[in-house]
This record gives sequence, C-alpha cells and structure tokens, in this order.
Amino acid sequence: MNQDLYTAGMNTAAGTLLLTAVLVVWRRELRAMVMLLACQGVALAALPIVDGIAHASAEVIGVGVAILALRGVVLPAVLLRLVARRGPARRGPARWVPARRESAPVVGTSLSLLITALLTVTAFAVTRPIVRLQATVGSMAVPVSFAVILIGIQVMATRRRALSQTVGFLMLDNGITSAAFLLTSGVPLVVELGASLDVLFVTLVLGLLARQVQAHFGDSDVGRLRELRD
Amino acid sequence: MTVLAMVAPAAQVAGVLLGAPLVAGVMRQVRARLEGRVGAGVAQPWRDLRKHLRKQAMTPSGTTVVFSLAPAVVAGSALLIAAIVPLVTTFSPLDRMADLFAVVGLLLIGTVALALGGLDTGTAFGGMGASRGITIAALAEPTILLSVFALSLPAGSSNLGVIVAATAHDPWTVLSVPGALAFVALLTVIVAETGRLPVDNPSTHLELTMIHEAMELEYAGPRLALMEWASAMRLTVLLALLANLFAPWGIAGAGSGAGGFLLATVLIAAKVAVLALILGGIEVFVAKLRLFRVPELLAGSFVLALLAVTTSSFFASAVG
Repeated sequence: MNQDLYTAGMNTAAGTLLLTAVLVVWRRELRAMVMLLACQGVALAALPIVDGIAHASAEVIGVGVAILALRGVVLPAVLLRLVARRGPARRGPARWVPARRESAPVVGTSLSLLITALLTVTAFAVTRPIVRLQATVGSMAVPVSFAVILIGIQVMATRRRALSQTVGFLMLDNGITSAAFLLTSGVPLVVELGASLDVLFVTLVLGLLARQVQAHFGDSDVGRLRELRD
Repeated sequence: MTVLAMVAPAAQVAGVLLGAPLVAGVMRQVRARLEGRVGAGVAQPWRDLRKHLRKQAMTPSGTTVVFSLAPAVVAGSALLIAAIVPLVTTFSPLDRMADLFAVVGLLLIGTVALALGGLDTGTAFGGMGASRGITIAALAEPTILLSVFALSLPAGSSNLGVIVAATAHDPWTVLSVPGALAFVALLTVIVAETGRLPVDNPSTHLELTMIHEAMELEYAGPRLALMEWASAMRLTVLLALLANLFAPWGIAGAGSGAGGFLLATVLIAAKVAVLALILGGIEVFVAKLRLFRVPELLAGSFVLALLAVTTSSFFASAVG
C-alpha cells in the first residue's frame, strides 16, 4: 500500500476518533450520541484494518473486522434498542417513555466543551514522551487515544442518564483499545476477543440496569439511586 | 507575471458576481425538490434581483447616510474578498493581500455594515437583528480564524494562497487529525456566518426569530437587491474557499496555461455547486436552533477549531 495513503488512512481514523468524542460531548440527544458512538467504533476498526492491509497481515485485519462488528454494529444496536424501547406492550399504553435527551447534565454544554478542550490539550501534553520515543504514524495517534479516554471519563462523570454514562464508558474503552493497538502495534487476537467479550457483557448488564432503573423510577436518572437495599 | 495571472482576479470577481445568485438558487431548488415541491428553478434569485433592480430606490424618513451606504459596503467587501482569495489560481498579483487576517477582517466589515444598516432605521426589528447578528459574528469570526490557522501551521504562512498551494502540492496532508477537526469547525461557522439553517432561517420573513432578514427589513428596491446579492456572494466565496482549502485539486498554479485556468474555473464552479447541493440537502433535515442555543453550537465549533490548532502544532513540533 502506498505510504501516503497509509498515513492518510491512519490519520483520518484518528481524527474521526477525536471528532466523534468531542461531538458526543456536544450533542445531548441520546440517539445522536449512540450514532456517534457507532461512527467512533467504525473509525476505531479502521486503525487495525488500514494497518493490516499496509503490512499484509490477515490477523490484524481479523482483529479490525471483529472490532467493526462489535463496536460499530452490535454495541450501538444494543444501546439503540434501549432508546427506542416503549413500555411493556401487554399492559396497554406505554407506562414510561424513555427519555430522548440528556435533559439536565451536571455541567452545561458550553462548559463541558471547554473542559473537553482542556482534557485534550492535557492528553497531548502528557503523551509527548511516548511520541518522542518513536515518531511513527501509529504512535503519533496515541495522544488522540488518551484524549478519547479522558473525554470518556468526563462524559461518565458529568451525565446523569444511565445510557449516556454507558456511552461514556464505551468511549473510554474505545480509547483504551486504540491506545493498546497503537502502542503495541497489534494486540493478539485472543486478548482482543477477551476484552471485547467483557465489554459486550458489561454493556448488556448496564443496559439491563438502565431498563430496571427506568421501569422503577420512570426515568433513567441514576442520581435517583440513593439507597442500598437487598 | 503573465497576462493570465492578471486576468484571474477579474475572472474570480465576475464568476462570484454572476454565480452567487445561482448558488442560492441551487440551494432553494434542492430544498424544494426534497420537500416534494416543484420549486421556482435555479435562476429564480436572478429574476428576483432583476425585479428589485427595476424598482424605485426608497429611503425611509429619518435614516442617514449609513443606511444608504451599508448595501454598497457589504457588497464591496464581499467582492474584494472574491478578488483576493485563491479561487481559480494560487498565483495572482493580488495574492499577497490574501492574508487570513485580512480576509476575516473584510468579512467582519461586511457584517458590521449590515448591522449598522439595520440599526440606522431605528425600528425594533432592525435593532434586534443587529444585536443577534453581532452576537453570532463575535462568536463566529474567531472560529474562522482559528480553523484556517490550523491549516496554516503546516504550510508555515497565514497567506491563503500559500496554504492552498501547499495543500494542492501534497493533498494527503489535509486528511489528518487537525484537518478533520478544522473542516467541521469551518463548515459550522460558515453556516452561522451566512445565516443558513440551523442558525438562521433564510426563507422566513416577519418572524421574531429572524436575524439576517431583520436587518434588511427596511430595504427595498435596488438596495435590497444589492443586500441579497451580497449575502449570496458571501456564501459563495466562503464555500469556494472551503472547497479550495480542503480539496484544492485542479487549481491553477504558476505554470498553468490558458487551459489550466479554464479547467480551474470549471472545477471551482463544480465544487461550489456540489457543496451547495449537499448543504441544501442537509437543510431539509434540520430545524432552526433556539437563539439561546446558537452560542452552544458556536462554542462547540470554536472548541473544535482550538483542538485543530493544538493538534496541528503538536504534529508540526513532533515531526520537525
């Protein structure tokens, strides 16, 4: 593969990763957030796929396809079901309609965008030594991974809805996956599969939890969970 | 300096002058077709302009020279930008003036003239529109500056001609982290700056939400024609600049002959037409934002532009 094309492919994928992370902070509609997460999954999958094609490595391409299937399709689909879900049909009209948007985040949109900018600058500052160690196309994208990790934590910390917190968690995990891939230039397929299955189950459990919270309180604001009972 | 290079700015001005109403027409026509209407045709803005130009010039009582000069300043600044920015060629005698800061300043002159024209009539709508327009401009102009700045860092110059020439020489450099961020930021801010959906609805009149239309509410006849022409020209120039900053292929360089210039002219027209088609298509699917949420949108694009500059300087320092 052409070196220019390889560089452009890797850079576009990294750029899309960061762009979608910032857009998730920007948007408040839950459906849009999930769609952006799917885009981020596709961008994440593009990293190993481009790398695999450039180095003619079937295993790396395989990892990429697995990531694409899981993070680009399955996880967003699981979350979308949660957004689109109506109340139990057999009990007549819907008892609760799921919230469509993050109505009252802890921090307002403008301020959280500023925090995002700060976090991204921080990520670029702290990863300088790593990039200076070996300035390849892959390691140049490492700061982006760290920025996505930090933005994911920020989304988890500042949103109230269970679904948007799950989106934050998945962004965090996307960041970790891309950092692992870029730093080690190729995680073994088994490790990647193990981590991916973990994430899938965590998402399913979080989805169930969100539905339970919604069914109990008519609202998926996790701020309402104040008591522990057995 | 060849004769062709001297002709290029004239060709750019003529092209923007003649093409701008058509760009507005394309966007309206796309919208009409997607909404299931027949539409008035691509040339309708031209027919509107002709109608307005034939009317008598009216000056509302109590207005000053500011009111009558504003349309000329808005149109003049748009034409000046059209003359100096690298649309057809990166190698024109006016190129040294195509500095990023100068172009943003010229844009702002147009915006301020428009707002003053709105204020001068002393009507409630004019004042409201001016206040809103300036609020949006204050948030949008820094973002334009920053996002082009992100592209200027790898080129090492704030001259638009140099930036476009560098990108044309090495087209892959745009496909990068700063490039992706800057593109989204610039697109958002162009939409805001030219008063399109979701920031302002260009097809409404006499609504409390309007921004651009409120400022030119008192204008009629030739002056209204000039105002509408100017706003179409601003949109056209900004779209053409966006196209050339991110996809400058085909732009004529120093060594291009007459064929090269002709090809570049056709290509830039095609690029702007495609962008207008896409923007017109997108506009069907979005609703106007509440005015109080517009700063949020612009804050977002400002942050994207800021990140673009940060990442751009990071990559520049990591490589160099």
